[in-house]
Amino acid sequence: MNALNPEKQPLLALVNRETPLDPTAYEQKGGWRGVRRALAMSPAEVIEEVTKSKLRGRGGAGFSTGMKWSFVPKEPANERRKYIVANGDEMEPGTFKDRILVEGHPLQLIEGMIISAYAIQAAYGVIFLRGEYHLGLERLQQAVEQARAAGWLGKNILGSGFDFDIHVHPSAGRYICGEETALLTALEGRRANPRSKPPFPQIGGLWGAPTVVNNIETFSNIPHILANGFEWYLGLSACEDGGTKLYGVSGRAKRPGVFELPLGTTLGVILNECAGGMQDGYKLRAFLPGGASTAFLGAEHADIVMDYPTPEKAGSRLGTGLAILLDDRTSPIGMIRNLEHFFAQESCGWCTPCRDGLPWVERLLIEIEEGRGTEQDLARLKDAARLIGPMGRTFCAHAPGAIAPLDSGLKLFAEDFAQHIRRSTHTDRAGDVSERAA
Amino acid sequence: MSTAELTAQGAELPPDLVQTFIDMAHHEHHARGASIEALRLVQERFGWISDAHLAHTARILGMSQADLDGIATYFNLLFRKPVGKKVIMLCDSVSCYIMGQEQTRERLCKKLGVKVGETTPDGEFTLLPIVCLGHCDHAPAMLIGKDLYGPVRPEDIDAIIDEAREKTQ
Ligand SMILES: Cc1cc2nc3c(=O)[nH]c(=O)nc-3n(C[C@H](O)[C@H](O)[C@H](O)COP(=O)(O)O)c2cc1C
Ligand code: SF4
Ligand code: FES
Repeated sequence: MNALNPEKQPLLALVNRETPLDPTAYEQKGGWRGVRRALAMSPAEVIEEVTKSKLRGRGGAGFSTGMKWSFVPKEPANERRKYIVANGDEMEPGTFKDRILVEGHPLQLIEGMIISAYAIQAAYGVIFLRGEYHLGLERLQQAVEQARAAGWLGKNILGSGFDFDIHVHPSAGRYICGEETALLTALEGRRANPRSKPPFPQIGGLWGAPTVVNNIETFSNIPHILANGFEWYLGLSACEDGGTKLYGVSGRAKRPGVFELPLGTTLGVILNECAGGMQDGYKLRAFLPGGASTAFLGAEHADIVMDYPTPEKAGSRLGTGLAILLDDRTSPIGMIRNLEHFFAQESCGWCTPCRDGLPWVERLLIEIEEGRGTEQDLARLKDAARLIGPMGRTFCAHAPGAIAPLDSGLKLFAEDFAQHIRRSTHTDRAGDVSERAA
Repeated sequence: MSTAELTAQGAELPPDLVQTFIDMAHHEHHARGASIEALRLVQERFGWISDAHLAHTARILGMSQADLDGIATYFNLLFRKPVGKKVIMLCDSVSCYIMGQEQTRERLCKKLGVKVGETTPDGEFTLLPIVCLGHCDHAPAMLIGKDLYGPVRPEDIDAIIDEAREKTQ
């Protein structure tokens, strides 16, 4: 990842995972220009700049960042408690981009948070980081202290009269903590169950106060938008929405990793030019475009444009933009079983379809994988996908995310499932059914 | 029984931790906001969270013991039972699965002489599964204490464990 062009790869250009920049070195390399410019503007102007940049959230859902900020009530910081929260839970299997940002350039995130806090007039920020990111935690804590000592955090930042400070909170580990309302519940010292919306966090978030939750990559874009203007930012992109994106691949690629590219780059470029193509002896069979909670796309989509709308039109989602590759030598059933094990285990248990449905799905997949599955089991899996998956059946998007790879996989790998069942040692007997019915 | 376990039995929290928790609680909007970080600190000091330490922490934060236990049992990284001196967490998520995590796990279990979820008889290591460590480009990935490893092929296991064993002594 050396020799990155700061004009084209602003997010990763100053990342150094050996020794991240300190505030002075950061300034010498062009840092803190964004926050200087923001503090000379009005909060409303900052929000407008971010809205015009067409930055969409990088945490998975892709909501417009400027619009999200604009929902926060407009009182000045000293009249009402408000919070900024950076979501660094990153427990979605196959997603590993925020780790690189916190380990290699924590000041970029901090600058982004100061600007965001100023825009919504929040006095207090929290970085919620998953507990297993030990190096990231150390680096963030050090960066927060350094930024405070250099006057970038604390009272009266740059003589602007604006006060803002950051606390780093290490999570105790649950995937559901990444869901923004569950994250706030965890910060309030409760079991991290999601909350019903409305109220949305921008109105009633942490401790009931207006709160903006954004992903770490999202915040890391903010300094660049403010330093260089929204037009420059729009120009970075290869599609309608603004900016670059941290794309990546894992699985049987020659050089798996994270790459910063224009938003709207094709998977073909990411996989073949950046990650070196598939390993020798392996062919791409299908992929999850944006982490474990996105639907499979077949190899015929291998050159798909990785912007927000295109994967959706193809039946999946951009998600976090880090594709997981299924090769022709890995069992798709085993892969789906592995994914559903994760989702079943990480269900917060609040709603029945998710709590009871996902372990059941996992059991059926184990039966089929181990050669004991029947046609009826396959029908049950399809039922489960239909019953658990659609939005609105459960309290949060964990269950729909869990069902996405299953539902798409049942269709895409129908022949694999059928073969497994044909080879199965068990057979359906009509007698069983009628006996039970009698 | 290890020294950590002995201290944790029935004992009150040391005064410096008590003071830290009080300070943390004052920084929060409500004292319970400090609960997860307090439990993490107890565990960092003693390796796990005993009933006595849980009860004392609950008293400081003004929570019932059952309430705090509800939190301690909810989160994957909080241990309510003693663990070995070092916890090994082997990622069992999707990219590591594709890259051969199962073979690595078999070798690891054989080397340690335990199953996943167990502690070695000498109390050195506890082996636990973990979800994606965000090291998927180096799959299969593994964490020993705070040290991240990957890709961990079956043939790397012996050297990694021997080295980790020396490091603790
Ligand atoms: C089960 C679940 C897990 C999530 N995990 C994360 C996560 O680890 N990091 C993240 O930024 N967003 C995660 N999200 C999305 C957040 O709820 C939220 O949309 C996001 O943090 C908003 O930030 P953004 O607008 O900058 O993308 C998750 C959502 C769900 C339903
Ligand atoms: S869908 Fe699952 S994770 Fe989300 S609230 Fe319901 S039980 Fe919890
Ligand atoms: S899947 Fe194992 S580290 Fe990500």
